[in-house]
Amino acid sequence: MTTLAHRGAEPGAPAPGAGAVTHSDPYRAFRDELFAAGLLVPTGIDGLYLRSEVFESIVRGIDAAVSEAAAAEAPTIYHFPLVVPARLLEQTDYVRSFPDLIGVLDSYAKGEAGYADFLAAAEEGSWPNHLDHTGLGLCSAACHPLYPMLAGREVPPRGRCFEIFGQVFRHEPSVDPARLQVFRQHEVVFVGAPADAAAHRDAWVERGLALHRRLGLEVEAVAANDPFFGRSGKILAANQRAEALKVELVAPICSFERPTAITSANCHLDHFGMAFGLRHGESVAHSACVGFGLERIALALLAAHGLEPSRWPSSVRQELGW
Amino acid sequence: MDEPIRRILDEHAHLQVDVATLGDDSDLYQAGLTSHSSVSLMLALEDEFDVEFPQEMLRKKTFESISAIRGALAQLGAVVAR
Repeated sequence: MTTLAHRGAEPGAPAPGAGAVTHSDPYRAFRDELFAAGLLVPTGIDGLYLRSEVFESIVRGIDAAVSEAAAAEAPTIYHFPLVVPARLLEQTDYVRSFPDLIGVLDSYAKGEAGYADFLAAAEEGSWPNHLDHTGLGLCSAACHPLYPMLAGREVPPRGRCFEIFGQVFRHEPSVDPARLQVFRQHEVVFVGAPADAAAHRDAWVERGLALHRRLGLEVEAVAANDPFFGRSGKILAANQRAEALKVELVAPICSFERPTAITSANCHLDHFGMAFGLRHGESVAHSACVGFGLERIALALLAAHGLEPSRWPSSVRQELGW
Repeated sequence: MDEPIRRILDEHAHLQVDVATLGDDSDLYQAGLTSHSSVSLMLALEDEFDVEFPQEMLRKKTFESISAIRGALAQLGAVVAR
């Protein structure tokens, strides 16, 4: 059985590249193992892989465990597509905050008149330059399509809880198998009073820790910030940390020294409330979310328990509903 | 409004109050400065005064009042007309 520990990356082992035992690139090494085991299949693009049925069965098990943990809150459940109106990226401020991570969709729109030029461009591979923006974009965080849906609706006094299944795109190609360009988030979102939103976030840090520990993961909660773009983004990151708005649950995937965020719990304050006109009584509604990174949790499980889920500990298998 | 810091605040900070009503020590965040508008403010100040805020100054406190901004700019060697 190959686990992260078996790959020579024990806690306290030399940093990557520093010793003979550790692979010079633990990220590439684990990705190669996942490819060799057929759990992921390369596409030629870093961060974009095909997934095996075994891998998907892990994801389904995690989804079910998250839904079970959320059931007590009787959330309204939505499944959102990967594609969103591009305007949503402006409304959420992702255009300004993460211009390097977002993506929008282009298509051919010049009709018959431009088709000859387009064919010539296709011959030389420059066809993307002949496409026009469609008004569509790729979703950056699974809960984002929720907020415009709630615009103008009164949030009840006790607030509302939503469970969201969604896919997201982040343009950050990497050999780290945990850094996917397209991945799934399973979120539990609260919209309502400021104190209730903060309590939702705090409760889900604890529930998330417990859920991951039941799955046999070595997980801890750490203060974090989003990767806001550029030098000016440092201000946004510093504010986010100063106000303790983001907590990440981290677990080892490719490295014990640098564990990976597999789940994050966030206070949005009135960011989305202001952007989308969400009202709670006489005030702007606050929101908070927990987002479980399904592929990352699956990878953390594979790193912890080995690449053959049929041989995982029975307690873990039971937790996944197997 | 001839003071450049106040002009830049007026143009870039999207405050909820008239800049002219603010004292030098008024809390700009209470006046409506948000995280995102502080980014626009920072970039405009750099452009106007030809300075670059170093990483340790890229935090909320640097932009909390007109006098804080003036102090930060002075520290960077910018000449600020009063």
